[in-house]
Amino acid sequence: MSDTILRMRDITKTFPGVKALSDVNLEVSRGEIHAICGENGAGKSTLMKVLSGVYPHGDYEGDIEFDGQECRFAGIRDSEHRGIVIIHQELALASNLSVAENIFLGNEQSKRGLIDWNKTNAAAAELMQRVGLNENPVTQVLDLGVGKQQLVEIAKALSKRVQLLILDEPTAALNDDDSAHLLGLLRGLREQGITSVIISHKLNEVLEIADRVTILRDGRTITTLPAEGLTEDKIISGMVGRDLDHRFPPHEPNIGDEVLRIEDWTVHSPTQHGRLLVQNATLSVRRGEIVGLAGLMGAGRTELAMSVFGRSYGTGISGRIIKDGQEIKLRSVREAIRHGIAYATEDRKRYGLNLIEDIKRNVSAAALGKLAKGGWVDDNEEFKVAEEYRRSLNIKAPSVSSITGKLSGGNQQKVVLSKWIFTDPDVLILDEPTRGIDVGAKYEIYTIINRLADEGKAVLLISSELPELLGLCDRIYTLSAGRITGEVPRAEATQESLMTLMTAGQEAPR
Amino acid sequence: MSLAPTNAELAVGGGPSLPETSGNGRKFTINLRQSGIYIAFAAIVVLFTILTDGDMLAPQNISNIIVQNSYILILAIGMILVIISGHIDLSVGSVVAATGAIAAVLMVNHHVPWPLALLITIVVGAAIGAWQGYWVAYFGIPAFIVTLAGMLLFRAITYMILGNRGIGPFPESVRTLANGFTDGYLGNIGLGSYLGGADLLSVLIGVFAVVGIVVSQWRSRAGRVRYGQVVEAFPLFIAKIVIAAVVVMFVIVQLARFRNLPWVLVLLAVLVLGYSVLTNRAVFGRQIYAVGGNLQAATLSGVKVKSVVFWIFVNMGVLSAIAGMIFAGRLNQANPTGGDQFELDAIAAAFIGGAAVQGGVGKVVGAITGGLIMGVINNGMSLIGAQSEKVMLVKGAVLLAAVAFDVWTKRRAGASR
Repeated sequence: MSDTILRMRDITKTFPGVKALSDVNLEVSRGEIHAICGENGAGKSTLMKVLSGVYPHGDYEGDIEFDGQECRFAGIRDSEHRGIVIIHQELALASNLSVAENIFLGNEQSKRGLIDWNKTNAAAAELMQRVGLNENPVTQVLDLGVGKQQLVEIAKALSKRVQLLILDEPTAALNDDDSAHLLGLLRGLREQGITSVIISHKLNEVLEIADRVTILRDGRTITTLPAEGLTEDKIISGMVGRDLDHRFPPHEPNIGDEVLRIEDWTVHSPTQHGRLLVQNATLSVRRGEIVGLAGLMGAGRTELAMSVFGRSYGTGISGRIIKDGQEIKLRSVREAIRHGIAYATEDRKRYGLNLIEDIKRNVSAAALGKLAKGGWVDDNEEFKVAEEYRRSLNIKAPSVSSITGKLSGGNQQKVVLSKWIFTDPDVLILDEPTRGIDVGAKYEIYTIINRLADEGKAVLLISSELPELLGLCDRIYTLSAGRITGEVPRAEATQESLMTLMTAGQEAPR
Repeated sequence: MSLAPTNAELAVGGGPSLPETSGNGRKFTINLRQSGIYIAFAAIVVLFTILTDGDMLAPQNISNIIVQNSYILILAIGMILVIISGHIDLSVGSVVAATGAIAAVLMVNHHVPWPLALLITIVVGAAIGAWQGYWVAYFGIPAFIVTLAGMLLFRAITYMILGNRGIGPFPESVRTLANGFTDGYLGNIGLGSYLGGADLLSVLIGVFAVVGIVVSQWRSRAGRVRYGQVVEAFPLFIAKIVIAAVVVMFVIVQLARFRNLPWVLVLLAVLVLGYSVLTNRAVFGRQIYAVGGNLQAATLSGVKVKSVVFWIFVNMGVLSAIAGMIFAGRLNQANPTGGDQFELDAIAAAFIGGAAVQGGVGKVVGAITGGLIMGVINNGMSLIGAQSEKVMLVKGAVLLAAVAFDVWTKRRAGASR
């Protein structure tokens, strides 16, 4: 293991207000399979984007040495030219083109400016054989399953004479057989001398295939260990072994009767036929209680919440919703709001706010009826209401006529919360309410959540940050691959026990 | 609203206000964007008044501008709603022709009494709008395609109804609505030796309109002050009211000196007022902006987005039918080629008037001003004897410049963040 193909030294990458990576070091040996593990937001994807040139040289601090030479990539083309290819979780294939066309996209096999189709298809067939894809090169990509599409991506990488192949969550969307095939293929490529870096949440898979494992946490390198002799528990403790250094406002819960109960909830994927996003999930929330929902990316947390919120996501939804002891049907968002359920989205810019409108019109958007008489809105009352929330939630803006698109993330989130508090809900589902928000604003959001619980509202809190769940929640459910895998009271929960439950039941390919 | 007031810990996080300077700079940008269109309109009017030695503002010419552009302005009202919601309607020209044809067949061939014929035509317009609204909102086909198809479909239907010839003439009442003027019920009033005689009723209506503007603006301002909202400086407020009053009185006195008020002006005033209030104050109006501003956020806030889009198209159909009848009534004939390219004028009016290409932004008064800008350019250039291709050239340049200005100010606002 003396021959190092890639050395990333002291990589620091800052986004406005957030340090995504600080002094990260990564060394990958030639011909190994190197796994990178870490929680959501630990910096894995950012690190790979730095490596592949998505964030060009100068956008980050630190140096990258590849194959003995220092690299200053200006873009993806540069890194690909050197033989570094990244395959993202969201596959980047043109689904209406054929397999062969996709493999040689941007690298067309041409003669005097015209594409040589015989050469293209023959070369594609050869590459497809190498990755074990038994299809016709002229088949359209959209006719292939996700597993085979993944193989097309790898074939495309091979066509570029790849030396270092980076796979971001390659098996997240695959079934067991496809995953097994893919892992086998990576082993085969290792024998041909191709180095791979694999980012994965499936720890059993990591242990099975990787030679070495690097663990990231909060944008820092924790350690790099040989996979030999490593256990899942050791990886988990490296991933979460963080002090509860965030400050959480003190809170004495006052818990009442059950308000909402979701039973036997099942949701199917709207895009992939037959794929289950949520499977027989059952959970409940009581008055004044803050209940956490923990799960890794793709575990089905948002899908569960949105499907409950008036079927706003997913198809083939089944199960029962019991509100205050009575079964209710929520067929639309309006019905959900009328029954006192509110859902604050994880992506406030895309799904939460009308960014070109001002604060007051966003605050009133979900309960305009409360401000209207006979279909006419009283805009003075609207101003008054918005002004009250600006004060009580401490939204930092010159006035409620300020455009929401110009506010900081934390203040935008407060507008979203105002909007939902104004609907006067009994149950608030908060999906990643502190994502992308600075520490000070996080503390304010925590205070607001505690206040809501004190007023007798039931809160279901979805978060990728385990300390946040441990610091706020009275009870925490864990979700893994669409199934509820645990229900833990706050007193008994630790980051390690939650992470173990969050990675439980992710089937290992044989 | 049940949240307790600011707790001490929250207040530590810093004062609630941003630096004064950035606030002022931003306000200026927004004002420029919103009022730029009115300044441009005033500049264009002044320019042509000078170029035509004052003929631009002569009584008969003002009357002509209003009557000649009335149907485009009515279409622009519907179009601005469609564009705010993030869609487009390319079929309105054909719908104008089709509804005009139906009105003609009913009144001229079948001698249906004109109020009933009017009603039937409006219902047909609504049905056409519902047809397009269904495909756009519920079936999910882009409005561009649906209304492109509609443009062909309804033109074809017009030809089928009229059989390739015009039908007319229309009954007197319809012609009066489209082309006529209010009667001088109260006789004339002398306005001094320079202005001469003018229709008393028209002048009184003008006075009432001005009083109405003053009272409603005053009450709105008082209400905002009572709620502690920020209002514009008092001198600015007075200046705006005075300008509005002077413009309204000037136009009305000029019209009163000519042949009283055109009926279409009365209709337009009612529509502009009604739709302005609808877009500003009605729940439905607010939902149009919400849908155009962020469709997903509106959906997740419980807005029935499909129903909103559907009714916007029904509304467009109704206004197209009204415009169709006025257009046919003005020509005194329903024509198979009538209304050709009206959709382009209506769309241009909306965009010149400040609508955003991505939707979510726009005002009824803006669209009317946009329509009037094009009307004044048309009229002024023909007064100075410019050829029609030159008029087209100028209108194209104005449209591009208006949208470029909008994009530029937006980009600048974004960069200053």
